[in-house]
Amino acid sequence: MSVSYVSARMQLDPAELHGERPGQRDVAKENVFQIDGLTASYGRAPAIKDISFDVLGRTVTAIIGPSGCGKSTFIRCLNRMNDVIPGFHSEGEILFHGIDLQGKDVDPVSVRRRIGMVFQRPNPFPKSIFDNVAYGLRILGKKDNLGERVEHALKRAALWDEVKSRLRDSALALSGGQQQRLCIARAIAIEPDVILLDEPASALDPIATSSIEDLMHELKEHYTIVIVTHNMQQAARVADMTAFFSISEGEDGARHGVLVEYDETEKIFTNPSEKRTEDYVTGRFG
Amino acid sequence: MNLTSEHRTRRRIVNWIMEGLATLAALAAVALLVIVVGSIAKRGIGAIDFDFFMETPSFLAGFGNEPSGIANAIVGTFVIVGFAVLMALPVGVLAAIYLNEFAPRRIQTPMTVAFDVLNGIPAIVIGIFVFVFLVAGHGQAGIKGAFALAILMLPLVARSTQEVLALVPDAMREASLALGAPRWRTTLSVVLPMAVGGIITGATLATARVAGETAPLLFTTSLASNSVSWDPTNALASIPMFIFTSSEQADPALQEQAWGAALVLITFVLAASMVARAFGLRSRRRLSGGR
Amino acid sequence: MASATGSLSDPAALRRRGRFNPGDAVLYGLTLIAALSALVLLTLIARELISDAWPAMEEFGLGFLTSRTWNPTGNVFGAAPFLFGTALTSFGALLLAAPISIAIALFLTELAPRWLRGPVGALVEMLASVPSVVLGLWGILVMGPWIVDHVGPFLHRTLGWTPFFETAPAAGSSFLSAIAILTIMMVPIISSICRELFLNVPRELKEGALALGATRWELVKGVIFPYARAGMAAAMILGLGRAVGEAIAVTQVIGNNEAITWNLFDPGDTLASRIASSYQGATTHLMVSSLVYLAVILLAFSLVVNLLARVIVTRVAARQEGHT
Repeated sequence: MSVSYVSARMQLDPAELHGERPGQRDVAKENVFQIDGLTASYGRAPAIKDISFDVLGRTVTAIIGPSGCGKSTFIRCLNRMNDVIPGFHSEGEILFHGIDLQGKDVDPVSVRRRIGMVFQRPNPFPKSIFDNVAYGLRILGKKDNLGERVEHALKRAALWDEVKSRLRDSALALSGGQQQRLCIARAIAIEPDVILLDEPASALDPIATSSIEDLMHELKEHYTIVIVTHNMQQAARVADMTAFFSISEGEDGARHGVLVEYDETEKIFTNPSEKRTEDYVTGRFG
Repeated sequence: MNLTSEHRTRRRIVNWIMEGLATLAALAAVALLVIVVGSIAKRGIGAIDFDFFMETPSFLAGFGNEPSGIANAIVGTFVIVGFAVLMALPVGVLAAIYLNEFAPRRIQTPMTVAFDVLNGIPAIVIGIFVFVFLVAGHGQAGIKGAFALAILMLPLVARSTQEVLALVPDAMREASLALGAPRWRTTLSVVLPMAVGGIITGATLATARVAGETAPLLFTTSLASNSVSWDPTNALASIPMFIFTSSEQADPALQEQAWGAALVLITFVLAASMVARAFGLRSRRRLSGGR
Repeated sequence: MASATGSLSDPAALRRRGRFNPGDAVLYGLTLIAALSALVLLTLIARELISDAWPAMEEFGLGFLTSRTWNPTGNVFGAAPFLFGTALTSFGALLLAAPISIAIALFLTELAPRWLRGPVGALVEMLASVPSVVLGLWGILVMGPWIVDHVGPFLHRTLGWTPFFETAPAAGSSFLSAIAILTIMMVPIISSICRELFLNVPRELKEGALALGATRWELVKGVIFPYARAGMAAAMILGLGRAVGEAIAVTQVIGNNEAITWNLFDPGDTLASRIASSYQGATTHLMVSSLVYLAVILLAFSLVVNLLARVIVTRVAARQEGHT
């Protein structure tokens, strides 16, 4: 099955998007996210303050930094997942293809259909492998060709061969690494533009971890990837661009996360501009 | 602590006495249960035969009349409890969904307290309430008795459902929301299916509890005819009411019928409770950890 | 296949349709209504009962609580005998049930071998699932005669000098029978709460005492009881609430008499059992109203019990959080 044939079959409903799917356009040169002055808080004290940078399409962007620097908070802002936490509020702008994701009239549910997320601990539903992947499709009402779409997603997640003979088995019977790839397939199935991964391999063993990392290289052909990781070597292995966050102290002594440096991965790790970055990547702290 | 030999022995004796008393108490409780269930079984088994389930009582004419069966009471209980479940189960489950999935913390507590307070109201008070509210001036009816039972069931179902919903891991809700599912879809397609086992368990336990209640029926559906009726708009007979009225009669044949009915009732209640509890334990284990 | 625009062409795709997702609104609305049902019912119950008790409340006022007369023919009613009966039977049963329940809970948490705990615990719980009408039947036909034939004479012989067992036992229906039945009903409730409490005593506290050479009983007295003190009080209160509200089993074995007497072999009545025994019909409006007045007293009492137990538990939970 050729790529263009499958892409054509996977057209999103034209009523949702005028024009063609971004995936068919050369989005790689484009800023998918333009973040400006993002400050997010749970309650009164900010968790991250004044984050500003741009994420390029069809790249892997890694967010690294010590614990507590707000990496998870940041990435969850990108798909409005922080909305579920009571007391959360944020300022600043996150432009997604030019639209402010934090705008009052933006529907988080629609945002999440275009910006998918994979979590730290694999969280497949206690349903069959097939039903897990099909879940998002069924919600969107895309019940036609369910089997093909599921197969396509599982193939993209490099899981198809391992599960093709047992699609009706419970997802919980899979190993940790397989479950995480299942979660990736589940997110891919609804054809998002972006996939956010919040420390996706931190709960996995090294072999499973490397299978996830290999996947990143393939996935970036089709999706924009933002990945949070506490593992610097992992960032060096998979990411094109890297953003280094760190902890800063405000006037009142409260600590919050800030963006220290954002550049091509190679530069961050070999020749960073900021001293703090250099201290972190050389292991002097963090 | 004083470790002289004399003190040590005295302490040991005191300890031994206390342990003995505790064991005795536990033994007494078990013995009592055996005695109670045993008497019911022994005295009731004689009344149990096929006719018992099929025939209706004929004791109103007094002594000398052959009491035969409790078919009307069985049917009546079935109808009354059935309607009670139909009324209480949906409301209880929906209430629990609100309390666990939607309610902000400061509202959740007072609302949960309201259910606990409702739970603590004696069954006889509920019965009088329904009498005053629905029966006085309008007449008794099976469905009004069912309403009283439903009020008793409601807090039980709501509480047990709430507990099961809380056991569903948040990671599941997050996973669903991250896929662009709205809250209602997440609740119906992910949370509820995971909770369904526990909900059924809670509902079964509540039903078993309520099937044995007499006080709510006393004023709402006690003056029923002796013939089998499925019509809830009139007063219906019920097993608990049958036992209650028969227990006051002096006729030994009637008393045997009462024992028989009691045997049927506790068999149902105990069996349903045990099955529900065993099932509930299994589904709870699956929810909170088993892979 | 390059195309013109590079950005998401239709921003409306991300915009809301209305303030809420309609599905969310429907589910939220339905569940909210269901959740309000408890409050609605509570209000309704209070309102209906008070309004129907109003004629009696107006007629007798608070004197209702101290008046000893319950005379349907004379149309004069008073609740004092039943308040007395309720207090006598409930506290009497609590007096018996408390030590027994605590002992059982201790047995199940500290004493019994592990394999025994489950089955015995389940059997005690089973006692709680016996419907009250069945227990009452057993009480009339099995326990009553047994009390009259064996227990009663024994008590009269040994304790006849106390006001409690002054006369010889006459019939199976008496305060004593009611106390016995209520005890049987309270024990599973109190013991299951206490069992939870004792299981929650922190292991470090217990090990500390044991390491000092304490016997099991000393451990119980010195560590477990103080720690679980408030919870045990709440358990007693809840058990008491249950006993006060029990109508069916009590009315079957108590004899339905309006006497105020300390003699436990005499028949009597409680608030709940008096209401239950009148189910076949009250003669006058005032009588019905008086019965509802009794129900209002019961309702008030159950509310107090519930809130009191709750206050105790939250106060203690707060204090214990502060300590650890």
